[in-house]
Amino acid sequence: MFVIIMGCGRVGARLALMLTRAGHEVTVLDLKSSAFSRLGADFKGTTMIGEARDQEVLRRAGIEHADAFVAATQGDNRNIMASQIAQHVFGVKRVVTRIYDPLRSDTFAALGLQAISPTIIGANAFYEELTGESASTVSA
Amino acid sequence: MYAIIAGGGKVGFFLARELIDQGHEVLMIENNPERAEFIANELGNVVLRGNADEASTLAEAGAERADVVIAVTGDDEDNLVLLQVAKRRFGTRRTIARINDPRNENLFRMLGIDAVMNATQVMLSVLEQEIPQSNLVPLLRLRNTDVEVVEAVVDARSRVTGKPLSTVELPPESTIAVVIRKGSAFFPNGTTVLEPGDEVVAMTRNVHEPYLRGLFFGDR
Repeated sequence: MFVIIMGCGRVGARLALMLTRAGHEVTVLDLKSSAFSRLGADFKGTTMIGEARDQEVLRRAGIEHADAFVAATQGDNRNIMASQIAQHVFGVKRVVTRIYDPLRSDTFAALGLQAISPTIIGANAFYEELTGESASTVSA
Repeated sequence: MYAIIAGGGKVGFFLARELIDQGHEVLMIENNPERAEFIANELGNVVLRGNADEASTLAEAGAERADVVIAVTGDDEDNLVLLQVAKRRFGTRRTIARINDPRNENLFRMLGIDAVMNATQVMLSVLEQEIPQSNLVPLLRLRNTDVEVVEAVVDARSRVTGKPLSTVELPPESTIAVVIRKGSAFFPNGTTVLEPGDEVVAMTRNVHEPYLRGLFFGDR
């Protein structure tokens, strides 16, 4: 599949490498060209400097024929807005959004975004390491 | 009316002051401590310090009983997110956004924000009122549609003058609703003949606006 990833931080870059190694087509967007150094020299995908909240930039990145869109910048709201553009304006089928704030993550999951909250995942992992019990049995 | 204003910049500040003067209940949410203190000094105890895009802040502000939440920060993504949280999580009746990038207007409407204020569009309307060459004045846009109510003063060079309206080729999906002649309004029909100086109120889709403009002012 063809995936557009917004944000070439640690998570975005790692995901981009995993996907290209698995044979998928990937375009990574970031505001800074220096971020692309995380991808290493043998990255097989495409990199593009630009702001994914700008619909023109998304069009140039090929959003109209993308199978999936991933928003993995540091900003919850930037991720949400770019994802909603991908979903509602361009009709991308699979849209996955990183949302740190667990409450916001809940709200936008209810609104139809596939939200991943590193805060919840991280705290749960710590809890399970520390107690040896499943985090799903307790609430924050 | 209870209004929550998110963002204490210039727009938020003067809006709050105006609403308070009109006797409304206002709460401003502002994150910057110095700015929050300044606003509290100027307007009284109407400031809540916090991030308006966090559900806990909106809960503390009483978003559930607010008649309207108005988002006027300088960041479109913050305005969009906090208004969706207000609407979906707290059931806020009306949400109004300031839009900084005009290209975001459709997205805001698509996602259920009730009204948007686009400064670029406002400036264009003022420009059209001020500069006679382009005097087709958009009065309002009907909610969540591309239908606009526009007003024009018929120009002497216009192709629509001097013949019955039934023979005038209006753009598709356009209608002339009201004509104001020498201060009195009437509803035109096919036999109405427009005269230079007539004020015309028409409804049209915004894509047809340029054609309508040419019709009333004479192509030049």
